[in-house]
Amino acid sequence: MAYSEKVLDHFNNPRNVGTLDKSKKNVGTGLVGAPECGDVMRLQIEVDEETGIIKDAKFKTFGCGSAIASSSLATEWLKGKPIEEALEIDNMAIVEELELPPVKIHCSVLAEDAIKAAIEDYKKKNGQA
Amino acid sequence: MEKKKLIYLDNNATTPCDPRVVEAMLPYFTEKFGNAASRSHEFGWVAEEAVDYAREQVAALIETDAREVIFTSGATESDNLALKGAFEMYARKGKHIITVKTEHKAVLDSCRRIEKMGGEVTYLDVDHQGMIDLEALEAAIRPDTIMVAVMWANNETGVIQPMKEIGEICARHGVLFFSDATQAVGKIPVKPKEVGVHLMAMSAHKMYGPKGVGALFVNRKAPRVKVTAQMDGGGHERGMRSGTLNVPGIVGFGQAAEIARKEMAEEAQRLSRLRDRLEQGLLKLEETYVNGNPDSRMPHVTNISFKHVEGEGLMMTFNKEIAVSSGSACTSASLEPSYVLIAMGLGDDLAHSSIRFSLGRFTTEEEVDYAIEAVSKGVNHMRELSPIWEMYKEGINLEEVEWSEH
Repeated sequence: MAYSEKVLDHFNNPRNVGTLDKSKKNVGTGLVGAPECGDVMRLQIEVDEETGIIKDAKFKTFGCGSAIASSSLATEWLKGKPIEEALEIDNMAIVEELELPPVKIHCSVLAEDAIKAAIEDYKKKNGQA
Repeated sequence: MEKKKLIYLDNNATTPCDPRVVEAMLPYFTEKFGNAASRSHEFGWVAEEAVDYAREQVAALIETDAREVIFTSGATESDNLALKGAFEMYARKGKHIITVKTEHKAVLDSCRRIEKMGGEVTYLDVDHQGMIDLEALEAAIRPDTIMVAVMWANNETGVIQPMKEIGEICARHGVLFFSDATQAVGKIPVKPKEVGVHLMAMSAHKMYGPKGVGALFVNRKAPRVKVTAQMDGGGHERGMRSGTLNVPGIVGFGQAAEIARKEMAEEAQRLSRLRDRLEQGLLKLEETYVNGNPDSRMPHVTNISFKHVEGEGLMMTFNKEIAVSSGSACTSASLEPSYVLIAMGLGDDLAHSSIRFSLGRFTTEEEVDYAIEAVSKGVNHMRELSPIWEMYKEGINLEEVEWSEH
């Protein structure tokens, strides 16, 4: 299977790989997927508490090239977005941007789930959920 | 690292044609193009003679009579012919077949078809090294068992089954023994008569011959085995496989067999040395495991799980430099982990993390060293990206994490 240029770019130069300090109140962590299924994504956001804007995002992903590219792209899109807007990121937008083939759509779904899980975690920590 | 040409370490998927094979084939496309079944003129005689010679060459490699070699389009066809053909031919004896969960899809799917046709199939388990349990095999034999189908060497792990012992069990119970020996023929000594195999599938393109040609060995005496043809037509190949013979392909297969017969011993030694070098190089990485049976396996294959790294992603880090496969090439179009490794009891996570390296006649030591370097680099890179590697390093028990299955 040939990967699109965009997937290859994110795979070869993944953006925002890393770990944020989960103990901080303004950091939300989403861990989705399972090793048995062949992909696990961990996406973290750091939110500016005054403005509600995501000021940093990091990821680590165990998975195929499309899973890594989807999460890398998600962190790019998250940075600088207010959390309410971030909740609107749809997996199909990721599919379109990365030109994912049908067998890889689940990677984009996982990325959307990871975004939602990270935001939910942040909200929970801050009594907003 | 200096950029080199793409290194091919996927010889279990297919091998390149040996140039000596291509050379032998060429005249049979043009000036010697005759139909081996044309009895009335020189063109046909020349083609028939070439086929007879190739049949001798293949028979010599496996130490059988040339009349026991039925040419086909490849091992998939041979598997289908052996299983479905015997099921039909021996319908009066029974309808039960015994096979193994780690067989090639061509065998497993033929068995599924036989079940739909009213047959019954027992699928034997393997242990964690991929070996079948001989007692379980013997216990599975019933009065209506026609055949036992066990592959000689596994395509994904290179594990070699105890052929002689299986042959003895089959002989004791008067059951036919069929083996898909595609991965073994031409690489290790394969002598069906010596171990009591009555039907055996092989393929030219796994042994430096051309694609699109293979054979089924069919035992002629004690017992005289026959299979019902699965294609109707001109009654070629003793009535078991109709269709104009692929003369250039068969000539190439014969030549490949002869080269293998002469060079196999030395080649196997060289390859096992290189394979061990590759394995030792890669096992220096933490949490890296070899899948299979170290005491009974092919000399050129190793299947390795790199824990907490996903195989497909890992391959992407070096697929511009090294060609390998994760799972078998036949199933890697799907996203399921290898059923062979799952049958061996590997967890889905380790099965998703496995890569098969299969070396070949043209693999060099330099290529192996390069592969060690590139793969190690890829594994380290992927582990830096892997959240579960990080969790493992932090001492988190991954079995206790509540994963969101999807």
